Amino acid sequence: MNPIISIDDLSIHFPLGKSFLGKAPVLKAVDQVSLKIEKGAFFGLVGESGSGKTTLGRSILRAAPISGGSIRYDDGEVSYDVGNLTKSELKDYRSRAQLIFQDPYAALSPRMTVRDIIAEPLEVMGLTKSREETDERVREIAAKCRLNLEHLRRFPHAFSGGQRQRISIARALVCRPKFVIADEAVAALDVSIQADILNLLKSLQEELDLTLLFISHDLSVVAHVCDHVAVMYHGVIMEQAPTRELFANPGHAYTRSLLSAIPSLDPDHKLEAQVYTPD
Amino acid sequence: MSSLIDVENLTLKFRTDEGLITAVDDVSFSLKKGEILGLVGESGSGKSVTAKALMHLNSKNAVYTPESKITLHSDSGEVDVLSLRTPKELNVVRGGAISMIFQEPMASFAPAITIGKQMVEQLLLHSDMNKKQAKAISVEMLDRVGIKEPAKRFDQYAFELSGGMRQRAMIAMALSTKPALLIADEPTTALDVTIQAQVIDLMKDLVAEFGMGIIFITHDLGVVAQTADRVNVMYLGRILESGPVRDVIRTPAHAYTRGLINALPKLEDLDAPLMPIPGDIPSPLERPSGCVFHTRNPELEPGSRYERERPPLIEVSPGHFAALFPEDVPQ
Repeated sequence: MNPIISIDDLSIHFPLGKSFLGKAPVLKAVDQVSLKIEKGAFFGLVGESGSGKTTLGRSILRAAPISGGSIRYDDGEVSYDVGNLTKSELKDYRSRAQLIFQDPYAALSPRMTVRDIIAEPLEVMGLTKSREETDERVREIAAKCRLNLEHLRRFPHAFSGGQRQRISIARALVCRPKFVIADEAVAALDVSIQADILNLLKSLQEELDLTLLFISHDLSVVAHVCDHVAVMYHGVIMEQAPTRELFANPGHAYTRSLLSAIPSLDPDHKLEAQVYTPD
Repeated sequence: MSSLIDVENLTLKFRTDEGLITAVDDVSFSLKKGEILGLVGESGSGKSVTAKALMHLNSKNAVYTPESKITLHSDSGEVDVLSLRTPKELNVVRGGAISMIFQEPMASFAPAITIGKQMVEQLLLHSDMNKKQAKAISVEMLDRVGIKEPAKRFDQYAFELSGGMRQRAMIAMALSTKPALLIADEPTTALDVTIQAQVIDLMKDLVAEFGMGIIFITHDLGVVAQTADRVNVMYLGRILESGPVRDVIRTPAHAYTRGLINALPKLEDLDAPLMPIPGDIPSPLERPSGCVFHTRNPELEPGSRYERERPPLIEVSPGHFAALFPEDVPQ
């Protein structure tokens, strides 16, 4: 298998204020990260707040400035240097790489019907030739996300959190992307609903031959859905490995400290969090 | 041990443009001194509204039924919480005998007033201390919850503190008035796991030291298992199961509790499939009849009794109750 995303020595630095003499201080949100995501992978990126996981994801979608290094996209049909896309390449890339947002309450316009919300990417990118074709594509992806025709006529406020997240997923997938980033896509959902969305993502990934980058702070969720995991801390990848290997045998002290901090369901299995202190 | 607070037949509705919406439906429980009670539930379960009722904090459109009764047994005698009206009367349950910590520590501190000033203000309000004493107590409490350089932090603003430190400062502020009851509403939800673990440890230490009762509201069963002595599992304003935390988590009697546990991804067993609870949480405007959970309960046959009749809270083992009809009690 070839990697669909190859990140090489990527750095994203944000300047902190201005300085007249010498160099202004910078925040190293992502610092010399190298990462390969194989085609067809369900790739997990875990880390705590401020670890740089979202910034890394945004940079792959061209939504964060790259300070150094490169990101290469190659799905077998096309191959792009994500940092240096021409205008027409960027347009094509937008339909190939998509994002599912965290908060299904904020991500959907309250003034649009569900049909219009899902159809918008097709219309904006001009991917369909007629309204019939757009409707056909919308109905097709809606059915895959378990939304029916009646749902398409309604407005988002009529839906629960889980249903809204299914609408968000349909919207991200309607332009038939090859690569999708799900950034904390279940973090805002209730436990009983979360499992349903995770199962849906998993089955869509297989059915549509997607590659997923699943960004999350929740190690238990990542352990269950991802086949490969990278652990990020302060802008650096501390460890990456196939999921089972990482959880059976965490190699890095930071990964061990994260695992030890998860409260167990067993009241007699007392929480004894190991504190990680970088050398 | 004697009870600290008794909640009896609490029913609470909100008056809205679309009619009366039931948020809490005939809920009863008590809390003893030195006990941690977990309130677990998903969105719309009424757990926060129940907790706010203890401080008579719900908004003006809240309607309590005449049967609802909340009794606080404080050092200065019994207080009928729902009959309190004037701000002076309410002081007893708002920061006096009861303190509350919230989910979002950034939103709970005023951004333009130093942490210290806010801590001193409430001490002056709830005690006979002078400013100097109040400052000394506040700095001591900041130190007690593990904040380094407490005297320096005292003069800082909320934005200058990290998330975990802010939540510690919040806890210090809530505890400085020495409340008999602390209500913690999702105190660790906005925190990273490593910080969450520290806050959980801190809260357990404080119970041991001060002996106050804690009501711990969370959606996370793992957090409840690690903190609470007893737990109430709530759904759409009803308690569906309650009891000692070990019994409820190891041998859940209600299908909803079992569903919640099965839906959780477990690190111990990566091969276990994730089992969602079917369906969605119903809109508060379409409250199910009978047992509120019957619309999503996969274990029920169509036409079952639970669709029409409300099951009582029945004792399934000592101190462990579930909303079941007697014929469904597991043997």
